[in-house]
Amino acid sequence: MDLNDTPEQVHYRAKVRAWLHEHKDEAPAAQGEDDAAYVQARRAWQGKLATAGLAGVTWPVELGGQGLGPIEHVIVGQEIVRAGVPDILDVIGVGMLGPTIIAHGSAEQKNRYLGPMLHGDEVWCQLFSEPAAGSDLAAVQARAVLQDDGSWRLSGQKVWTTNAHFAAHGLLLARTDADVPKHKGLTMFIVPMDAAGITIRGLRQISGEAEFNEVFFDDVRLDADAVVGGVGNGWGTALTTLMFERLTIGLGSESLGYQAERYAAAIATDEHARLDPEVRRRLGELCVQLLAVKFTGYRMLSALQQGQIPGPEAGLAKVTTVRAAIDAGDLIADVLGPDALDAESEWAYMISFLPGLKSAGGTEEILRNTIGERVLGLPPEPRLDKGIPFSELRAKERAGVAAT
Amino acid sequence: MNLELTDEQSFLRDAAREALSRVKTVAAAREALEDPAALPDLWPTAREAGWAGLLVSEDNGGAGLSAFEAMLVMAEAGRVLAGIELLGHLPASSLLDAAGDSRVAAVAEGDLRACFVAAQPPGDLERRWTVEPPSGSVRVDAPVLASDGTLRGRVAWVPDAPGADVFVVVATSADGEPVAVAVDADDVSVERAVRYDATRSLGHVSFEGAAGVLLEGVGAPELARAWFLAQSLLAAESLGAVETALAVSVAYAKERFTFGRAIGSYQAVKHSLVEVLRLRENTYALLLYAGWAYMDKPDEFALAASAARSSAGHALDYASRAMISVHGGIGATWEHDAPLFFRRAQLSRRLLGGVGDATDRVASELLSAA
Ligand SMILES: Cc1cc2nc3c(=O)[nH]c(=O)nc-3n(C[C@H](O)[C@H](O)[C@H](O)COP(=O)(O)OP(=O)(O)OC[C@H]3O[C@@H](n4cnc5c(N)ncnc54)[C@H](O)[C@@H]3O)c2cc1C
Repeated sequence: MDLNDTPEQVHYRAKVRAWLHEHKDEAPAAQGEDDAAYVQARRAWQGKLATAGLAGVTWPVELGGQGLGPIEHVIVGQEIVRAGVPDILDVIGVGMLGPTIIAHGSAEQKNRYLGPMLHGDEVWCQLFSEPAAGSDLAAVQARAVLQDDGSWRLSGQKVWTTNAHFAAHGLLLARTDADVPKHKGLTMFIVPMDAAGITIRGLRQISGEAEFNEVFFDDVRLDADAVVGGVGNGWGTALTTLMFERLTIGLGSESLGYQAERYAAAIATDEHARLDPEVRRRLGELCVQLLAVKFTGYRMLSALQQGQIPGPEAGLAKVTTVRAAIDAGDLIADVLGPDALDAESEWAYMISFLPGLKSAGGTEEILRNTIGERVLGLPPEPRLDKGIPFSELRAKERAGVAAT
Repeated sequence: MNLELTDEQSFLRDAAREALSRVKTVAAAREALEDPAALPDLWPTAREAGWAGLLVSEDNGGAGLSAFEAMLVMAEAGRVLAGIELLGHLPASSLLDAAGDSRVAAVAEGDLRACFVAAQPPGDLERRWTVEPPSGSVRVDAPVLASDGTLRGRVAWVPDAPGADVFVVVATSADGEPVAVAVDADDVSVERAVRYDATRSLGHVSFEGAAGVLLEGVGAPELARAWFLAQSLLAAESLGAVETALAVSVAYAKERFTFGRAIGSYQAVKHSLVEVLRLRENTYALLLYAGWAYMDKPDEFALAASAARSSAGHALDYASRAMISVHGGIGATWEHDAPLFFRRAQLSRRLLGGVGDATDRVASELLSAA
């Protein structure tokens, strides 16, 4: 068992730390106003991190990355937290969508898109969820129809799309064949967000900020080379993105700021609360969970380093993190009182954000289903949609709703 | 970074599993509830396997291994509810080793079985070294070593006290300093206190002017480390029991059908079993933390071991209750194994300060560092 940095890692960490120390005054605040100027500042900062080799650490060298391992990625994340500067802006692009393009995209797509993505010149968004397709993602209805000239026409709606309001491109899952079972007729596309026929509307969240959006597509033209990973292979391509989503969340809990030490520090300032047995029990219990997540992350790293890909059980770390952070927000608000809920408080945003985070990246119920089936080998629930062409399925659903 | 088991660690674990599989420990756990004599003596197994000297340095005749290896063996014992007296023996052996006591070679061999009479180290609220009371929630002072070298005091619910040959007692000296004292069995009165879980050997021990040998070179840091070592061993033992409870419950959930479906396909059942898995994964990760801190981050060992203990206690409580529920009526019957895991969970959670104190220690360590 060895959790210590190797001499090479010690050296790498020192190099990263030195760069951050030298440049941290150029960084914008870690949390900022929800406006264009702040986004611009964060994009510029991402560009600096990328130029210094502190973004896309695990991307291949020939695609602008550093060709390093997950450990180095985590070292960079830890040092960024330590320096008190923000990480890259486009975690969804660099962490999830870029790797999907690296795995499934054409050489042209890699050349055209990855560089600007890495440097924050072009921010990306994930156009997967729809009003009627979230947990049941393979039920997407956004329709792309092939034209005689090889181009596509796209119509439909996406929703909960984080960062769409300043994204240059999106990776979009669309239905290209409704006459086959639902997982089969899907295709992944790259969509320029400024194309004619796209309307983006911000959706405000519990906190009042609008970080996600609904996006409408009205007969949007996509070139033949917009397809990623082949026509009809959209589901497999989407699974790659979801795998990287698990990794990003699993290895990112430290940079999300959900840390035992931080919550303990908040309680420690209250001389009465820190002696209260009930407060201490609640703090102890949630910190046990967060410490467990931290070391689960190291286990995941260690497995990655041996060349294993983390399985669905990595999703348990997300469940634990979100639950423990919710408990922490609750405890801190109990101790600080209504002040904790004020917009100016350090905690209000977190308290408002967490209930939604329970759903983002797969809901707790869906994660428990998947893990129960794939890890424990428990039988799946009976399904009413197996092997049925998507068009028939939709007709049945409509009839079902009409009958009730 | 590498958190995979080394070949040596896998070998140790597999050998322990194999050695313990030769005895019907779970069936014995049930029989012993009515007839304590039915409990197999597993000490010869421990001796043969070299577990007695696991934490004793090679210079003193032991294997010179670390806490994590001891946890792996404890997990195997917990997996089959085997009552081996390692929870008492191992922390005691490490203190005798640190002091270079003359008995250490015999203890490492297993010729002498040692028993750790633990005291909980002070925290930010409780400034004394305290031990378990016979009943109630108020902890009592650790035994006192008088300046004439005699030991007085009483400690309740001491794991593995009955039948031990040498007791390593955490006491306070006349000037209030914590010390470790070795006392021969002849000078100790032990009242057997085996109760709800027959596999758990417990005793109330008292010292009435016993002649103790002060262990040299063992002070507060070593005594605290021994306490937290015991916490992590108990946590590891619970982890093993959680793994069995989960495996048995999952197997049943696949084969029991209601309404034309396997019960494991129902979300209420599936999600509760995934909850057991979640608690298991958390506990395992914290045992890695404890094992690592024991070796490389001594300042964090109290935090890591307490977190592991807290997590494990909760995990086994939940897992044993889920095991009962998933089995329906069968799960609540004497003949089934589920009640044995439940008994193990309920008694273990209340030993050595209990899970509540471990959870409070996590808060205490983090608040003090803030
Ligand atoms: C903050 C935030 C950011 C997001 N960002 C993005 C983004 O950038 N891009 C994107 O594509 N999506 C994004 N999402 C969408 C997210 O992936 C979905 O919200 C999520 O997958 C759930 O889908 P849904 O909202 O349609 O809920 P539904 O699938 O309708 O679920 C509703 C409820 O039913 C439960 N449920 C559904 N099916 C089952 C079942 N089989 N068993 C048990 N319970 C079930 C769910 O657990 C949930 O409680 C974001 C969401 C949030 C909250």
